[in-house]
Amino acid sequence: MTESSVAAPRRGVPIWVQIIIWVFLVGLLAIVALGLKRAQQGTVQPGQVIKNFTLPLYSGYDLGGKSEIQLQDLRGKVVVINFWASWCKPCEQEAAEMQQAWTEYEPTGKVVFLGVDYVDTEPQARVYLKKFGINYTNGPDLATRISQYFRIKGVPETYFVDQDGVLQYVQIGPFTSIDQIRAQIDPLLK
Amino acid sequence: MKAFYKSPLSRITDRKLLFAILFALSLGFIANSIASAQGPTPTDDDVNRIAKQLYCPVCESTPLDVCPTEACRQWRDLIRTMLTQGKSEAEIKQYFVEQYGARVLAEPPNRLVAYLVPAVAILLGALLLFRGFQMWMKPSLTESSAVDSEREAKPSQDPYVARLEEELKKRK
Repeated sequence: MTESSVAAPRRGVPIWVQIIIWVFLVGLLAIVALGLKRAQQGTVQPGQVIKNFTLPLYSGYDLGGKSEIQLQDLRGKVVVINFWASWCKPCEQEAAEMQQAWTEYEPTGKVVFLGVDYVDTEPQARVYLKKFGINYTNGPDLATRISQYFRIKGVPETYFVDQDGVLQYVQIGPFTSIDQIRAQIDPLLK
Repeated sequence: MKAFYKSPLSRITDRKLLFAILFALSLGFIANSIASAQGPTPTDDDVNRIAKQLYCPVCESTPLDVCPTEACRQWRDLIRTMLTQGKSEAEIKQYFVEQYGARVLAEPPNRLVAYLVPAVAILLGALLLFRGFQMWMKPSLTESSAVDSEREAKPSQDPYVARLEEELKKRK
């Protein structure tokens, strides 16, 4: 046996160091990948079951006297979820049509409209609701939880959920006529 | 001795005067209590002092005090209203967090953890990488130098190589 082979230095990196480095790198890559995936995902897609959420309601805009509403309580009805804000000019384009549609479908008892007020202040929201004569259920998106779940890209956006809680259609941007709203609700009622 | 006597008319006048004084005092007290509940009118600087600590989710990366959008203007108005109502800076920030989420804050609520954890993680990562590279480099250097010295010390066993080395030595 030669001298050099006796004094052979340690080879490689200890296994625990390797594990830590790889875990760190894989974790970092996973975080980046999740972020990229989420950014590319867009809004929730039709066909998805919408998970339950709670919407606190503005007083005077409640539903059956309740101060907050849970989506799961509305199973069996078509739910139209409209994201809006008082500072949003395009929202004003569809405000009258949305209210008109609500007036049409309210007597059937088969459709519920939910206005979700995104990043807004209550006094201004009330001015807006009064200005457009909106009287369907409305409330603030507290801590932007609902909009984050739907991954909205802006306002207005409208989501049509069927009687089984499945998302059927997403409208990005304002409706320009009431026929566009009818075209989404009527097939769900058949 | 002349008895002090007050006519019924003067007694009525005194009572009216007393009532008027009490009424005026009550009004003054009420007015004062309302004024102290409202607080002084906040200046733009007061509003901006809080606004610059907030970010509107609609206009990302723009502090509220310099954000030009309508949404931000409404938020600043709300801050002004709350200051007028006598709300403190902490109460206003708490209200905004409850309404719009913690992401509206310019600085995270738990500063120590938020700044300490990334710093420690980076330092730890750098240390691990440094140690890792050190361990990778050392053995290869030692090994290559050991092999070189071994080669120099030991004459080649291959007769062809030995002859070649001999020829090379002669030419030198």
